[in-house]
Amino acid sequence: MEFKFFYHFGNFLLMLKGMFSRPENMKMYWKQFMQQCVDIGVGSFGIVFIISLFMGGVTTLQTAYQLVSPIIPKSTIAQVVRDTIILEFAPTLTCIVLAGVIGSKIASELGNMRISEQIDALEIMGINTKGYLILPKILAAVLMIPVLVAIAGFLGIWGGKEAGVLSGIISSEQFMQGLRQEFKAYNVFFAMAKSYTFGFIIASVSAYYGYNVTGGALEIGKASTTAVVVSCVLILFMDYALTAILL
Amino acid sequence: MIELQDIRKSFGDKEILKGVSTIMEPGKVNLIIGSSGSGKTVMMKCIVGLMGVDAGKVLYDKQDFTAMDEKEKKVIRQEIGMLFQGSALFDSMTVEQNVMFPLEMFGKGTLKEKKARVAECLERVQLKEAAKKFPAEISGGMKKRVGIARAIVLNPKYLFCDEPNSGLDPQTSLLIDKLITELTQEYNITTVINTHDMNTVMESGDHIVYMYQGQKQWEGSNKDIVFSKDQKLNDFIFASEFLREAKEMRQLELFKDGKWREQLKKEQGEK
Repeated sequence: MEFKFFYHFGNFLLMLKGMFSRPENMKMYWKQFMQQCVDIGVGSFGIVFIISLFMGGVTTLQTAYQLVSPIIPKSTIAQVVRDTIILEFAPTLTCIVLAGVIGSKIASELGNMRISEQIDALEIMGINTKGYLILPKILAAVLMIPVLVAIAGFLGIWGGKEAGVLSGIISSEQFMQGLRQEFKAYNVFFAMAKSYTFGFIIASVSAYYGYNVTGGALEIGKASTTAVVVSCVLILFMDYALTAILL
Repeated sequence: MIELQDIRKSFGDKEILKGVSTIMEPGKVNLIIGSSGSGKTVMMKCIVGLMGVDAGKVLYDKQDFTAMDEKEKKVIRQEIGMLFQGSALFDSMTVEQNVMFPLEMFGKGTLKEKKARVAECLERVQLKEAAKKFPAEISGGMKKRVGIARAIVLNPKYLFCDEPNSGLDPQTSLLIDKLITELTQEYNITTVINTHDMNTVMESGDHIVYMYQGQKQWEGSNKDIVFSKDQKLNDFIFASEFLREAKEMRQLELFKDGKWREQLKKEQGEK
């Protein structure tokens, strides 16, 4: 088992090293990068929108359910919702969902290209396939996932406020007051640090499994599942590690 | 010209190529034939550099491809066009964009010139009307022709075709063979085809290498093949009664006076 780990880790590092060479045509690489930004950013916005709203709403309702003491002001609910969403839910939960959405897409796309010899066709043309296919995906994920996490944070807090107001738990003014209480900008930095790390994990791990598919259609499905599982485990592991280091 | 000098390739303990040497000349259709598992696909992958060789040399116009670094290999690869067995077209691009791709990546000139070149290549493979279609919307034969157009768009010196007729009906197969032969002669390309198709062997094979268990068993042209006495080659090529009769007819065609047939029967009678 250990040897398998070192085999994959070594190959993963070699893949990352292989991505860096002088682009054959910078314009084509830029086009590919922009395409990936659209696929990852715009393509995942819908699911991020839905989960963020509900995540915020549920957090507000559950916090209110637990804070029943009359000596705790209602604005504390907003404070708890804000910090929970910024510190954990927006970066981690969103990225776990994105690992499923983006990770499986990257792994199956590259896997299909490998099986149908499209990667070989690019190699024959003299193109560095790791540089052309994988690097733009990783860069786009590292750029777009923090943007999605930031949006998820805003939407989550807004969803929390709406859920609180609509259910009559907290007024809009109380919620806004709570949001401003003891706000730490460092928490936003922490959330961004996590989202950059998770973005890199999602794109690189999925690309690794997709790029190295051998066999047929069944293996593409397996690679896609493995990519999502490994990405999720690594996200959770790095979530703990970053929390222990940065907080 | 492509020259193979004693190339060897193994996977673990299994030796797939056991020292193959041959010369593939420009302006000729060079065929690699052999039964499944004979090493012809590995041989082609070794020639184009998708696999490294364990020993031996692959020379492109006297330049040792196996000893080159990645940067030097890139230069050679830009002179190579390849048609894959499954066509390997990019699914997300239209036919026109597929053919345009190598030009966009490496081609010089204005967009107008590039578009004109794409139109010229699509015209050459008679697919101008399918330019805006996606690979999923066209037939297998059309995909092969798009693959050929993409392979020739940069005016390659070397053209590789991996089983160009697999999965095609006999008529479309003949069309593809004719197209490849014409292009080879028109642009003086060194064409290497990996095939099982007997029509291709008999109609297009200017130079044929027959592989048997990782070794070059026989080498010659489509004219030589009908007179070959190599039993393994004959068992492979003329496997059915129909093909054996076709062979005899071809022999008769080549020796119009018909004496060869009598001699052949005599020889068979003696055996």
